[in-house]
Amino acid sequence: MPEVERHSFDVLVIGAGGAGLRAAIEAREHGMRTAVLCKSLFGKAHTVMAEGGIAAAMGNVNSSDSWQVHFRDTMRGGKFLNNWRMAELHAQEAPQRVWELETYGALFDRTADGRISQRNFGGHEYPRLAHVGDRTGLELIRSLQQKIVSLQQDDFAETGDYESRLKVFQEFTVTDLVQDDGAISGAFGYWRESGRFVLFEAPAVILATGGIGKSFKVTSNSWEYTGDGHALALRAGASLINMEFIQFHPTGMVWPPSVKGILVTESVRGDGGVLRNSDGKRFMFEYIPEVFKDKYADNEAEADRWYTDQANNRRPPELLPRDEVARAINSEVKAGRGTPHGGVYLDVSTRLPAEEIRRRLPSMHHQFKELADVDITAQPMEVGPTCHYVMGGVQVDPDTAASSVPGLFACGEVSGGMHGSNRLGGNSLSDLLVFGRRAGEGASSYVRGLTTRPSCSDAAVQEAAAVALAPFEAEGGENPYTLHMELQQSMNDLVGIIRRAGEMEEALQRLEKLKERAASLTVEGHRQFNPGWHLALDLRNMLVVSECVARAALLRTESRGGHTRDDFPGMDSSWRRKLLVCSTSDSTVSVEEEPQIPIRSDLLDLFERTELEKYLTAEELS
Amino acid sequence: MSYQGQFRVWRGDDTGGALEDFTVEVNEGEVVLDIIHRLQATQAPDLAVRWNCKAGKCGSCSAEINGKPRLLCMTRMSIFSESETITVTPMRTFPVIRDLVTDVSYNYTKARQIPSFQPPKDLAPGEYRMQQVDVERSQEFRKCIECFLCQNTCHVIRDHEENKESFSGPRFLMRVAELEMHPLDTADRVDQAQESHGLGLCNITKCCTEVCPEHIQITDNALIPMKERVADRKYDPIVWLGNKLFRRS
Amino acid sequence: MSRAEIAARTLRTDRWWLPPLTTFVGLLLISIYAAFRTFQGDFYWVDQYHYLTPMYSPCLSQECLPAAAHFGTPLPELPGFLTPPVIILPFLLGFRVTCYYYRKAYYRAAWMSPPACAVAEPHVKYTGETKFPLIAQNLHRYFFYAASLLLLINIYDAIVAFGTGVGLGNIVLLANVTLLGAYTLSCHSCRHIAGGRLKHFSKHPVRYWMWTQISKLNNKHMQLAWASLIFVCLTDLYVALVASGTISDLRFIN
Repeated sequence: MPEVERHSFDVLVIGAGGAGLRAAIEAREHGMRTAVLCKSLFGKAHTVMAEGGIAAAMGNVNSSDSWQVHFRDTMRGGKFLNNWRMAELHAQEAPQRVWELETYGALFDRTADGRISQRNFGGHEYPRLAHVGDRTGLELIRSLQQKIVSLQQDDFAETGDYESRLKVFQEFTVTDLVQDDGAISGAFGYWRESGRFVLFEAPAVILATGGIGKSFKVTSNSWEYTGDGHALALRAGASLINMEFIQFHPTGMVWPPSVKGILVTESVRGDGGVLRNSDGKRFMFEYIPEVFKDKYADNEAEADRWYTDQANNRRPPELLPRDEVARAINSEVKAGRGTPHGGVYLDVSTRLPAEEIRRRLPSMHHQFKELADVDITAQPMEVGPTCHYVMGGVQVDPDTAASSVPGLFACGEVSGGMHGSNRLGGNSLSDLLVFGRRAGEGASSYVRGLTTRPSCSDAAVQEAAAVALAPFEAEGGENPYTLHMELQQSMNDLVGIIRRAGEMEEALQRLEKLKERAASLTVEGHRQFNPGWHLALDLRNMLVVSECVARAALLRTESRGGHTRDDFPGMDSSWRRKLLVCSTSDSTVSVEEEPQIPIRSDLLDLFERTELEKYLTAEELS
Repeated sequence: MSYQGQFRVWRGDDTGGALEDFTVEVNEGEVVLDIIHRLQATQAPDLAVRWNCKAGKCGSCSAEINGKPRLLCMTRMSIFSESETITVTPMRTFPVIRDLVTDVSYNYTKARQIPSFQPPKDLAPGEYRMQQVDVERSQEFRKCIECFLCQNTCHVIRDHEENKESFSGPRFLMRVAELEMHPLDTADRVDQAQESHGLGLCNITKCCTEVCPEHIQITDNALIPMKERVADRKYDPIVWLGNKLFRRS
Repeated sequence: MSRAEIAARTLRTDRWWLPPLTTFVGLLLISIYAAFRTFQGDFYWVDQYHYLTPMYSPCLSQECLPAAAHFGTPLPELPGFLTPPVIILPFLLGFRVTCYYYRKAYYRAAWMSPPACAVAEPHVKYTGETKFPLIAQNLHRYFFYAASLLLLINIYDAIVAFGTGVGLGNIVLLANVTLLGAYTLSCHSCRHIAGGRLKHFSKHPVRYWMWTQISKLNNKHMQLAWASLIFVCLTDLYVALVASGTISDLRFIN
């Protein structure tokens, strides 16, 4: 049996982004000995990339805002496929979670009366996003990181050891969860630096691993986003829902090639930026869908008036939900009205004074200046859709974030349901905080309720070690980089922003072949900091998750939110009542339909009947 | 638009190492990190490098390029001539783990030694009121992406390992300044800065500001104002007298 | 755990040694000139046009030309080779030596601590500004107070000189106090005293406004430091040349 370092904790949190850190804080505050395991350094998680803000109905800028309005916007954005209970909790608790950040030391931009300023964003009826310039994600991660340090200082004062109750294991990858009679008993993984194996014994694991973007070629996601949590949950016996819904952010950079996909924040549009095609036409007016006609301006004059007078004008169509804008850009480029590098123009330079742009969008200004040599105060940006967020994820209980596997919890992007078929900008950061906290609480009460602690068998540990070492065993197999590139290309081309049955069938065939080839991957060198080996192990996760995406996408014969079928362009109310649930057994992926739980009637009453008619079946309405 | 670029990359670990020569393809619009990745994919599959966001927002890929501390992802190849040999080495101030990856735990240790934000006890969440002009100074410091390039370049520890004990470095002196200027922080940070974090060791030679990829004015806006506050407290009887007379705290 | 084994003192490929060298040579030349003029003890006053070089202002000891001593001569004659500027020089020099910009400049250029960023310094030990004498750098604000007083006197001199008409010398004196004023106002200590030390700008709008204006100047502190230093020397040179009769002042009025 290989040598394995062992640690024992009450709660393990996998992932150190916003959700993971918030969960860890909560678990520690409930008295749990908590460990955070993360692939990068502490404080580097992908949450730092979030730019726009945190959606929370505090009503600081427009006092008409309330959780009910936020709930409505979220449900509309998700095309009513959302888990309504999650959307409800999210809208109700987000303000508390934002205010809590201030107690950790966060410094948001302020209103004139000293409260947290809130900005407009796509799909939100009122100015709702708490923000710090365009680096809100960094502020969030830093505040949580500093809160953790502060808790560690408390522990130091009490026990003489900073890490006695809350410890971060950084640059560490979890490869498998360990179970005892079905219940979680620990997690197995390796130090990225040394390749040494570690077993964490713990009765509760909170997955907070983020998304799956690295399965796609053009993505705003970093290397960490390989669907680890999704795959760990599947292998442990939990199920994933809504995996067909993937959000393509409408505005990613398209040039230079090395940064293709990196995000251009939606606040550019919220602050006045407009989209133009190569003919110089503001094309979004042509793409306002029927369901949004009464909320969005159909002419430039009204759209421009909205920035100063929101009460009497409809919103500019650039602020439609992300899926609509992404599809519109896609169509313009396909129709030959794209820019030289295959995007469209996003222009803020003619809309705001240079000084104002630098003040409101400092990191965008910096990003374009340094990476593309474009001065956004004088030139338009070239942008195009980029794979940004997966709405699907682990099926969880809304109140406790518990999955169907005892002891396994999930929060943040890796969980599913909250955003339905499409997530609104700004709802991600609030989701992390609201459900991060709930997962921490849920895991703590689960652990407290246990009468015996599950154990990790030697056999399970041995098996996990063997799986992790397999890439070194094979000889003459392929290089993981090649396989990864082929996977990304296939997913991008065949299960991308616009989908067709034939293409998805082809994708599934290709995935089948990739799985076979992956079984005989070869990795050179040794276990110490070996990026090839790391990729080989991540690839296992990406392949299974990609298959879930492709299978679910093929089954859903309608277009809704982040799932657009060329062969089924309309939304179908009967599909709204169905969730597609992905599970695995012995590495076979299967996707099945499951009925959606009907929306509670008092929540339904928040909507006009005319609006509900667009989404609900006649049977549901009667 | 592509050419064959000459690279020298430091390879090794804490037992020793050396610069190794490589010839790699370079394409239009690329940054140094792209070249390192191409090396990994084609010539040196076990070349160790730390990176994450590729957009200068996470501060993971800090290293030294032609001897200058920089982010690999924000250094465009177009600033070099095609014939130039580009040398890439790990940050010098921290212990090396392997190749371009260093052990930056010094920074996490220092972060822990700074007492956390202390809000007024009677203020409930949601009751915080702060003016924009009051938060802006600390907001500038909170732009920090913790790439630790300032820590790496600061000669106080770069050239004098023994100072690591008593000196927290520009990043964390700036963190002290950030809390000191936070409109709602109630703790006293001035003595700490001088006594626990070694502010007096800083000789304001400004290299931290020069290398900051976020262009934070570390020296002018954080370090010097802290030095001035220390001077208020310790070296200025006029201010001391003013405080006594007008009962300011 | 040890650092990466790299023998070279620096791997920088640019001419990193050029800025410290330029600084060093510049400061050296100016020091030589200032020392020469200080101990020359002559050609500091143009009686015809009432030009007084800032290097000799105020002139306070017995040996001062009576007309140049705008504030009388409260001090006795200075012994030996000492000249009137030695009374004010410690304050002027002190202000510049403890200035946050000059500190950077000479720590790099003269003391090589460090010579340039990411270039190893030659010293084995380093204690920064924690011990005597460098701990005295904390006294910068006193020199700022003193330099401000001297500046007021220079301004007075420049205005008084207009009593005889207007010549190029008047313009030079005026430009000199403008640059000196900008340098003094842009000082980090001044920025701190004006508003930087406040925790809540919003409660002190006037001081906040002053702080923002001084901050703008402060961004140019280095440029102002050099411009004012060089121009003081040029002003002095002009006065010396006119006073010695080497050149005659260009007159616009009278």
